[in-house]
Amino acid sequence: MAIKNNDNRKALTGGAAIAEALRQIGPDVMPVYPITPQTPIIETYAKFVADGEADTEMIEVESEHSAISAAVGASAAGARTVTATSSQGLALMHEILYIASGMRLPILMPVAARALASPINIHGDHSDVMGARDAGWIQLFAENPQEAYDKTIIGMRLAEAAKLPVMVIIDGFNTSHSVENLEMLDGKAVKKFVGEYKAEKSLLDVANPVTFGSFALQDTFFEFKIEQEKAMAEALDQYRKIAKEYAAISGREYSLFEKYATKDADKILVMAGSAAGTTKDAIDELRAKGKKVGLIEIELFRPFPRKELLKALSGAKEIIVMDRAQSIGSNPPFYTEIVSAMHDSKKTGCDIRSFIYGIGGRDLFKSQIIDLVNGKIKGKYLN
Amino acid sequence: MNKELAKNFAPGHSACQGCGFPAIVRTILGEATTPIVVANATGCLEVTSTIYPYTAWKVPYIHNAFENAAATISGVERAYKALSKKGKIKKKIKFVAFGGDGGTYDIGLQSLSGALERGHDFLYVVYDNGGYMNTGNQRSSATPYGAGTETTPVGKESFGKMETRKSIMEIVNAHRVPYLAQANVAYLADLKKKAKKALEVEGPSFLAVFSPCTNNWKFPTSQYVRIARLATETNFWPLYEIENGKYNINWATEKPKPVEEFLKTQGRFKHLFSEKNKGVLKEVQKKVDDEWMRLVNLTD
Repeated sequence: MAIKNNDNRKALTGGAAIAEALRQIGPDVMPVYPITPQTPIIETYAKFVADGEADTEMIEVESEHSAISAAVGASAAGARTVTATSSQGLALMHEILYIASGMRLPILMPVAARALASPINIHGDHSDVMGARDAGWIQLFAENPQEAYDKTIIGMRLAEAAKLPVMVIIDGFNTSHSVENLEMLDGKAVKKFVGEYKAEKSLLDVANPVTFGSFALQDTFFEFKIEQEKAMAEALDQYRKIAKEYAAISGREYSLFEKYATKDADKILVMAGSAAGTTKDAIDELRAKGKKVGLIEIELFRPFPRKELLKALSGAKEIIVMDRAQSIGSNPPFYTEIVSAMHDSKKTGCDIRSFIYGIGGRDLFKSQIIDLVNGKIKGKYLN
Repeated sequence: MNKELAKNFAPGHSACQGCGFPAIVRTILGEATTPIVVANATGCLEVTSTIYPYTAWKVPYIHNAFENAAATISGVERAYKALSKKGKIKKKIKFVAFGGDGGTYDIGLQSLSGALERGHDFLYVVYDNGGYMNTGNQRSSATPYGAGTETTPVGKESFGKMETRKSIMEIVNAHRVPYLAQANVAYLADLKKKAKKALEVEGPSFLAVFSPCTNNWKFPTSQYVRIARLATETNFWPLYEIENGKYNINWATEKPKPVEEFLKTQGRFKHLFSEKNKGVLKEVQKKVDDEWMRLVNLTD
């Protein structure tokens, strides 16, 4: 199934890989605003435009708030629209995230996930994207530059199919700034895969004027929100279908989550993002010593694949949930999701433990994961 | 209603009787010679014209949020550029953003500044009623000195707003846009001329239009045109334009009326006529005179 074309192999950072994928997609409009560690995406893209390798209209706005606001305008005008951000930038966009999803605009936004101040910190964790998890956006995690490239292309298709905005999430620095040898598709194949975008309704269709962003009161607002939830639920199968089509042209298969050595595992770790790479190494080492341990790496977090995930966890006697974000005052997000799903299914007879790692860019070492699996870590922090 | 007048903005909206903005919107859009797309900041105009499932807008319209009408229209305008370049759109289209003074002078100032600096081809219109009228009369940076509002209430220690309103015209002019003008809903012929010029400009243009609020300025609904006219006749709201940096006053009189003539028509200034506030009243007149002289000097 795999198609090997070594001419398309390139050593790229996660940020540059996303920029390359975007160049091949060729969005119409891209409002941009710099923030570490996202900036390499928009800088790389700006150079493509300057060199005539992309003809996107870039708008160098004066804040992330205006970046997402201009993206809403452009997308409502029927343009294929992309922007990108991190951390404080995503927090500044927060208000408009709900407007973009409420208007059902298929905006694609790569996010180089980063800690939130204060104290200020520019390094990776998932605090920013977890703060946006209920904003009505599809959230797709990528582990490394290869996945960042692939999921940017999948994400664009998914946004337009689901009529919902999509965040493609990479870990700040760990992925955005790490160079890996990855395989790109042929430009024509990407163009064909994403197709031409034609909006159902557009502000520029002046012969058929439409009002976007109405004022909906007690008698209608609720139904809008129910529709959004339905669309999000449908996005799960749409993602599976699009990922399958992508596998056919790339040889790389993505799913709702990745199962690594889970088949006979009685201990299963659950996490998302770049730390999954280290964890897979740790699992190889533990397996070599006869430990029945596996990993579930979450790829699609919104919509959350509860049913499918539970099935994959059904054989486990111990589940270890690893969050790279806190929910200060309660349990962290992944843990809460999984416990709630287990309660729904009445799954019992298994321990479920919660650990927090990597806050503000703190490294996670293989040895820590091995200790964790061997029950040697006290408390909930891998700090 | 006259069909020609209602062709862009329909009757049946729920704006107050005696509100100025329906006339402002119709007059400005009526001057367009190409199709128009409108972006609108949150505010009275938006809430009274778009109650789902109805809309008063017969042109494509987008309301995004309070502070981002200018950023939103930036996106629409660049989408137009991108799709025209690719041959997907053939028609010439113009872009207009409407915001109140809260959405323009205050919360939307950054977004407006960014869009002006980037040079998008759009007209931004502020309908200025001197405060947050949609939320029930709170002060904005456009509220005049001495006005009583819900957040600058008149009391034993207060005569209302104690600060001078900011000059949005000078702020916009600092962006060196090709055309901007101050207009008034009571002078529709003048507004028409200005709208035409503003829409003909390639690049950003700006109109600040005086728009009385019957509810919160506290005057009878029948009086809005008379009160708006007094604002200009007293030099409280001069009509002028700045074309490629050149100032031009469009209406002047040898003998402007004292500002009291304007103030006494409205409940928000009622307290200024007490014995205690004599000094404040004098100060209002001084501010009007100083601003007028400043403007006159700029036209030389």
